Amino acid sequence: MELSLPILSLLIWTPILGGIWVLYVGDRQEDTVKLFSFIVSILVFIISVYAYSQFDNSTSQFQFNEFREWIPVFNINYHLGVDGIAFPLILLTTFTTMLVILSAWEVIEVRISQFMAAFLILEGMMIGVFASLDAILFYFFWEAMLIPMFLIIGIWGGPRRVYATIKFFLYTFLGSVFMLIALLYLYSKSGSFNLLDLHQLPLSLEAQKLIFIAFFLAFAVKIPMWPVHTWLPDAHVEAPTAGSVILAAIMLKMGGYGFLRFSLPITPDASMALDGFMITLSLIAVVYIGFVALVQTDMKKLIAYSSISHMGFVTLGFFVGFAIFANTDSSSGAVIALEGGIMQMISHGFISGALFLCVGVLYDRVHSREISSYGGVANTMPKFAALMMLFAMANAGLPGTSGFVGEFLVILGSYQANFWIAFLAAITLILGAAYTLWMYKRVIFGEIANDNVAELKDINSRETFILVILAIVVLLFGIWPAPIFDMMHPSVENLFQHVLQSKTG
Amino acid sequence: MLPQIQLVIPELVLLCLASIALVLDTYSTSKNKVLTFRFVQISLLIVIALIFVVSPDTQEYAFNNHFISDPMSVVLKLVICIISLVVFFYSYEYLKEHENVKGEYFVLGLFAVLGMMIMSSAASLLTIYLGLELLSLSLYSMIAMHKDSLTASEAAMKYFVLGALASGMLLYGISMLYGVTGVLDLQGISSFANAGVDADMNIMLVFGLVFIVVGIAFKLGAVPFHMWVPDIYEGSPTAVTLFISTAPKIAAFAMTIRLLSDGLQDLLSDWQGMLIILSLLSMAVGNIIAISQTNIKRMLAYSTIAHVGFFLLGIISGTASGYAGSMFYIIVYAIMSMGSFGMIIFLGKKGYEADQLDDFKGLAKRSPWYAFIMLILMFSMAGIPPLIGFWAKWFVIKEVVAMGYVWLAAVAVVFSVIGAFYYLRIIKLMYFDEPDEMLAIKASRELRLVLSVNGMVILILGFIPGALMALCLSALS
Repeated sequence: MELSLPILSLLIWTPILGGIWVLYVGDRQEDTVKLFSFIVSILVFIISVYAYSQFDNSTSQFQFNEFREWIPVFNINYHLGVDGIAFPLILLTTFTTMLVILSAWEVIEVRISQFMAAFLILEGMMIGVFASLDAILFYFFWEAMLIPMFLIIGIWGGPRRVYATIKFFLYTFLGSVFMLIALLYLYSKSGSFNLLDLHQLPLSLEAQKLIFIAFFLAFAVKIPMWPVHTWLPDAHVEAPTAGSVILAAIMLKMGGYGFLRFSLPITPDASMALDGFMITLSLIAVVYIGFVALVQTDMKKLIAYSSISHMGFVTLGFFVGFAIFANTDSSSGAVIALEGGIMQMISHGFISGALFLCVGVLYDRVHSREISSYGGVANTMPKFAALMMLFAMANAGLPGTSGFVGEFLVILGSYQANFWIAFLAAITLILGAAYTLWMYKRVIFGEIANDNVAELKDINSRETFILVILAIVVLLFGIWPAPIFDMMHPSVENLFQHVLQSKTG
Repeated sequence: MLPQIQLVIPELVLLCLASIALVLDTYSTSKNKVLTFRFVQISLLIVIALIFVVSPDTQEYAFNNHFISDPMSVVLKLVICIISLVVFFYSYEYLKEHENVKGEYFVLGLFAVLGMMIMSSAASLLTIYLGLELLSLSLYSMIAMHKDSLTASEAAMKYFVLGALASGMLLYGISMLYGVTGVLDLQGISSFANAGVDADMNIMLVFGLVFIVVGIAFKLGAVPFHMWVPDIYEGSPTAVTLFISTAPKIAAFAMTIRLLSDGLQDLLSDWQGMLIILSLLSMAVGNIIAISQTNIKRMLAYSTIAHVGFFLLGIISGTASGYAGSMFYIIVYAIMSMGSFGMIIFLGKKGYEADQLDDFKGLAKRSPWYAFIMLILMFSMAGIPPLIGFWAKWFVIKEVVAMGYVWLAAVAVVFSVIGAFYYLRIIKLMYFDEPDEMLAIKASRELRLVLSVNGMVILILGFIPGALMALCLSALS
């Protein structure tokens, strides 16, 4: 289906131009700036919903294609398009950014226009990452994103923000530059940066392994996988609430998206050869990081570690497929695991975002993230306690919430590969419940711990609105995840069929 | 065949204009030497126009193959003149603010530009050397012009002694080449080397090559011949540092290409190895030592050394597109360096050089727009998209990968990550720290405008780098 409207360009450039305008207006008119930013983010969300209405679920082809020459001397093009894997993530981005901008309404007091502008520009770049079909365009957005995030953590962050943001920047930058070398190597072989060309490029197993490792460095840092996860807890703890939400809900997903768009289809043989390595790292993340989360005393840190653990599930779902295929000789199990991984990414976007917002709500009132500063919050903030309960349950993977769907599918798939993989992965259901609910119990239940808690006011209508919307989404996709599966199924099927074909020949 | 004189019209006119400027300056009585400055700016504009008008599109030789006009020389001359135009503007603002305007600065500057133009068009060993010396001698005296300043005098002395040493090395290498080949023009040397030489002769050639590479490395400031760079950058008045770090780098690129590619392309396998060592050492030493600097001019000096290491990557690949990558890199570097020193000039005031890192503290509060310009400059130097500095690094790394030196590319990118740290620190100072005092920044409207345009060029070129890339590629094809 050809659309005359350049819908993806609109999605990318509307927020960026809006952000520039906000920067131009500056802090002189705070209310106008906030309102304008919110309207822009709603507009972008509406465009993405319109795109959803036009999205064709029956095909694995890329849709809404746009193609323009950008740097003709090197065959670099402004080439956009989305399939069923990228598009849900774009919807997640537009949805989350809208809520994040609303969440910062009264919280951010200094340099509000720069704050709003940073988030709008970041939104455009994140959509650009998901929509790029040209490797250099992808890298362009991928790296450019670091600039607003660096500033968001550094300007509006907590006490150790400088350390955290420089660590975040250098860590992700170091990972990404190796991806750049891999892309340049692929270009020297194929003469093209078009991802679809690169997907078809034959490569020897040796070359594939090196490229796989280069991609791995970029994506494993971003998602992040054990043992390159150490930037994440620091960045999350120091970032302002809105920054943590974007980081957890969307930026981590880029690592996962990178595995699906680059590692698996460009280096399928290396992915198959190294799947044991990937599965091992994923399981370490799931189990070991789960235990690490258990002993955290800082709520944000706890959720950060829980994110790493959940991302372990995502990578497990992506790479366990080879073993499933080898055992069952059918691709259905592998597709289930892959879809479980993607579903986990999306649902984690909602749940972790919501949990960070909940911590933000408490932090705004008490200015502490320590679990020990709280206790008995349910007595003073009943509405809040009820909503957070739902998100905590979802984080633990309770059936009926979106957190359950992804985890269940990944475990179901893994079981066909190896009992022990499924067993270890399933430990997360216990661990997740343990660390989330234990935190919840210590913060929310019990006697009122101190005067601060006694003086707490329940969430206002703005906060209620944000959390209720998230709650609805978490329940909706927990009970009826079909819209997401319908969207991604042809693309995932196609991806796995592609991955099964050896490129070494 | 064009009349030979036509090819050198821009140089001749510039020579005449520079001489007139020298005389005119004695008649310029105003404290600020407005007349000399305007005349020099107009001279450069005339030369730019002349280059457009008289330069042939093809490759033409003149004066018994001593002088060449080819697409590369035309592009380089244009860039040198345009950059010098902006640099003189920044310098004038600086000298005016510090009440130290001397007409000789601009006259010597014009002679330096002439030297650089001759280097760009040199087709023989002799012309290269003449152009280089004209440039160097002008620079020595420009640094020494602040005769009351101890650091400036020291810098001038150091630069003179080390520069003379480097010239001596280069000259020694040139004499070796001449001894072996019996010709001075690069075309002749190239065909001599191409015809195949016996082992003894080859040793002589390579022996000469070593000294030539040393001379080039000195002039570029590549490790281990970099000792002069930090001291000169720090000691010189900012106006001169600004000049040294921009246009002469482009001329040094021209010299490198003329000698190594036009003359000694057949010795590629010999000089490639030497340049790899120079490049790796420069990236390592430059990026690591820059981290510990507290003086921003000194930090930028080490950053220059690191950038030279990157710049050499394109030359190492030994292909026309690799050279184009280096050319792109050095032009981009000149624009970024110009802006960075422009910022230092912008923040400085009478009797006070804003050359400490702490001078940038809290700039985002004092002046959000100019903090943003500096942010652009620093991220561009670090090589982060969407800024042009990213494409410069991208281009040379792409060439190195295409030639199969993936390991070299991997080392280079690791150093670029290390290098990102000290650029980030400046952004940290500007955006995350509080200013010591909320002083208003006082700078002329023209300076504000030029600095803003400088920053915007870096941002906008980052989105549309294709044209400049194509220009560099066509200049070297």
